[in-house]
Amino acid sequence: MAERTVLFDKHIEAGAKMVDFHGWEMPINYGSQIEEHHGVRKDAGMFDVSHMTVVDIKGSQAKEFLQKLLANDVAKLTVEGKAMYGGMLNEQGFVIDDLITYFMSEGYYRLVVNSATRVKDMAWISKQAASFEVVVTELPELSMIAVQGPNAKEKAAKVFSTEQNEKLVGIKPFFAIDSGDYFIATTGYTGEAGYEIIVHEDKAVALWEQLLDAGVMPCGLGARDTLRLEAGMNLYGLDMDEEVSPLAANMAWTIAWEPSERDFIGRAALIAQKESGTLLKQVGLVMEAKGVLRQGQKVVFKDSEGNDQEGVITSGTFSPTLGYSVAIARVPRSIGETAQVEMRKKFADVKVVKPGFVRNGKQTF
Amino acid sequence: MSNIPAELKYATSHEWVRDEGNGIFTVGITDHAQGLLGDMVFVDLPDVGDTLDAGEDVAVAESVKAASDIYSPLTGEIVEINEELEDAPELVNTDAFNDGWLFKIKISDTSELENLLDAEGYQATIEED
Repeated sequence: MAERTVLFDKHIEAGAKMVDFHGWEMPINYGSQIEEHHGVRKDAGMFDVSHMTVVDIKGSQAKEFLQKLLANDVAKLTVEGKAMYGGMLNEQGFVIDDLITYFMSEGYYRLVVNSATRVKDMAWISKQAASFEVVVTELPELSMIAVQGPNAKEKAAKVFSTEQNEKLVGIKPFFAIDSGDYFIATTGYTGEAGYEIIVHEDKAVALWEQLLDAGVMPCGLGARDTLRLEAGMNLYGLDMDEEVSPLAANMAWTIAWEPSERDFIGRAALIAQKESGTLLKQVGLVMEAKGVLRQGQKVVFKDSEGNDQEGVITSGTFSPTLGYSVAIARVPRSIGETAQVEMRKKFADVKVVKPGFVRNGKQTF
Repeated sequence: MSNIPAELKYATSHEWVRDEGNGIFTVGITDHAQGLLGDMVFVDLPDVGDTLDAGEDVAVAESVKAASDIYSPLTGEIVEINEELEDAPELVNTDAFNDGWLFKIKISDTSELENLLDAEGYQATIEED
């Protein structure tokens, strides 16, 4: 029996088509994922992401522990509420999960990790925590609603209290405030402005209803996937996993090499990967001709010496914003500006760009 | 529960067939099928004049989610395609049994019609899924 979030009945009321998503019964769409996609790019949409896992890390060695656990350095987080994205790596320097870390206060951090990886994440975090003075607490009683789009902040402001709205004045991206019933963060997975709001499950239905009344459109996992792909954001399990280096998944910017004495898990392996000269890299692919690039399709090209090279699409879709197909691929570093993708019975020409296609409603390549 | 018009014939691979008279049949995919595929983004249609065997792949429906082959339920020659789908593939989603039709085929073997299902038979197959 699949798990349900407290918003399950709200989804059914809104006409959702429910699917199994890693053991959770979640809305894939409420009629048309393309309309929901446009709703987020042009106005404001909301997603139930309560299946995601919130983990609090508290204790006198919370900072030291996370400096060991994460490839990014929590020492960068000096202001309360500041957030940071990055990978949790294994000893081989591959990605166990990608996550957001919030600095709550001295000795207190909050992690938001993927639901699909919850069990192994908790096992890994607990194992590593054993040698530190920290307490690791999962908070399944917390729900999460993401409100995203150019009008998301304005519409969400209508449901926030005066105090919450005052605290949000001038807030920068990747920051959070903890006020009243809500933990409100300027993070997201769509490439648009907006919030991710963490709320106790007892208050989640009321928040959802208020957002609906404020004119925010319910959006399913289908639109969430096309939005994140257009934004060039990785999906764990497709674009990277336990056999992929963050250096081959456009996550090099999330690795804090300095200070050099910080011995985070995976550091030595990452250095060896770099020295091996065989690291792949992540690129974006664009195909303006008819058809849709799909995960698993082969990417082929000739390098500057005329040798055949091969990579793979890690996620691909039709881009509703652009009107043609885009994909994220992992390929040899010798790739140039064009390549071909093996599609059904033929090879199609594609343009090679940086991963990331749409931000704030606009084409970025 | 999907809408399944009683006057049409169906293939187990989710195509529908409408008798237009003079041996010409209109073919599309069912409302149930479009629901499974999700938002349509391209429909790759055959050319007028193509000849096909029953069961042969004739078109591709690409939705946001997946590419899916469409099979000709009958043997014959393509006499018309739905050119509206070029600019409006979503017609397959919004009106699978009418404006979302795919092609018309002039059939050469009327006995093949007996291999198709009626609405009740098709309903039974999708309930098994």
